[in-house]
Amino acid sequence: MGKRWLGAVIPVGVLVSWEAAWHIENVRMESLSRPWDVGLALFHGLAGGEFLIATAETFQAALLGFAIAAVIGLVAGVVLGLLPWLESVVGPSIDAMRPVPSVALIPLTLMIFGFGVRMEAAVVAFACLWPILIVTISAVRGIDTALLNVARVLEMSTYERMVKIILPAALSRIAVGLQLALAISLVVAVTVEIVLNPRGLGHGMMSAQQAMRFDQMYAQLLWIGAVGWGLSYGSQVLLDRWSPACRADRAKERS
Amino acid sequence: MLHKDNCHTSSEVGHAVHDEPAIQVERLAMAFGEGPARRTIIDGLSLTVARGEFLCIVGASGCGKTTLLRLLAGLARPTEGRIDFHGKPVNGPSRERAIVFQDYGRALLPWRTVGGNIALALETCKVPKVEHAERVRQLAETMGLSHAVNHYPSQLSGGMQQRVQIARCLAQNPTLLLMDEPFGALDAITRQGLQDEVARLAQVHGTTVVFITHDLEEAIYLGDRVVVLAANPGRILRDIPVDVPRPRHQLTTREDQKFLALRHEIFGLLEGH
Repeated sequence: MGKRWLGAVIPVGVLVSWEAAWHIENVRMESLSRPWDVGLALFHGLAGGEFLIATAETFQAALLGFAIAAVIGLVAGVVLGLLPWLESVVGPSIDAMRPVPSVALIPLTLMIFGFGVRMEAAVVAFACLWPILIVTISAVRGIDTALLNVARVLEMSTYERMVKIILPAALSRIAVGLQLALAISLVVAVTVEIVLNPRGLGHGMMSAQQAMRFDQMYAQLLWIGAVGWGLSYGSQVLLDRWSPACRADRAKERS
Repeated sequence: MLHKDNCHTSSEVGHAVHDEPAIQVERLAMAFGEGPARRTIIDGLSLTVARGEFLCIVGASGCGKTTLLRLLAGLARPTEGRIDFHGKPVNGPSRERAIVFQDYGRALLPWRTVGGNIALALETCKVPKVEHAERVRQLAETMGLSHAVNHYPSQLSGGMQQRVQIARCLAQNPTLLLMDEPFGALDAITRQGLQDEVARLAQVHGTTVVFITHDLEEAIYLGDRVVVLAANPGRILRDIPVDVPRPRHQLTTREDQKFLALRHEIFGLLEGH
């Protein structure tokens, strides 16, 4: 607890030496903006609202893609987890499609959807689907047979078994897959924007770079980092608060 | 006491005399695997359990005790033979036949509190929601869990966790209670306390109990009858009525001449195999 400031050593050190290097004539590189200018650009970008609009655009595509992947991945994952024979039918196709880099789908989605949020969300959904699907399958398959026997002895209906045993039992592991996918969603959305989609934070960064406004480019890079951190922190808080397994764990820690 | 429409009356308590037995097992056989790897776990086992009877099954490991219990619960299907429960063939699990698993830690829902775990059985048994709180309170009190209703299983000792599982089984209001070495992992003091409680509850509610154990003293102490199984393949070696008066007492019963004689007899049987 008392050593938390140690984590600040590296970022502060980098900033200080970066700023210092900018003041030394022979070391200075035009492409490495001065931290002060970057900070100023960040302030103006946020105060002027451009960063926030771009963030909203990126989030719209990232979350839409994530949501599509989550629905498909969870439903298909639970079904495949419960029916091993179906998994042996679908499994090889999944294994064949999974290694396809999501960015390689950009030409295809561009043909189908054109520029815009739908094309970006489709690529995000493709990238997010696999971790969710695979983690869900293994989570459902990993449920203790003892719990499934409890469901059988109590003659639970399929719905009851799903809601009262399978989903809660698999939830803590599924949540890990969802968290992983959420982080991927932002990465892929920004990538699609950098590559060609004219919207969002990725496009903003590319425009700044092409206009030789390196201060703005770095400011957006920092902002994307902050947003990504916020997203993963937020999902962790949400998980801690809502996951029943985590609630039980915390009760254990308290006692 | 536990349920208003409990079908058992006091006249059925204890050594019930009924025309139709609770369980009728005929020439039961169970084998796993195919070809040369085929292993016969149980072979030609026939057994009758009267209503309200407390039957204990002992035997060395590998004699198919747990398999037999799973068959009685309907969690597995026999290779040959049949099991009738109250005159009807067993085709699958039923809420009437509650099973207390040995591994209490895995049989409880870790994300539900003690009260929630007990309520699980009430929910699936379609007990009206308004009655849940009161039923949970009663069952928790019966099993000595009143102070722990809002705790999670992981916060409880092994003995307390097993009490939760038994409470959940009682919430099913079963006519048959199947117990698979339920106290095997517990310390001696906890085990004795739970033995007396299960014996008392079974007697009060007239529940038929099939209790599996490897502890022959536990079998004699609890049972109206002890069935000794032989291994490879599992079959009945001896069926011994326990003529020791009830209520039984942890100290005096275990010093009773009849108890000691049975202990000698069964010990000899188990040693011989």
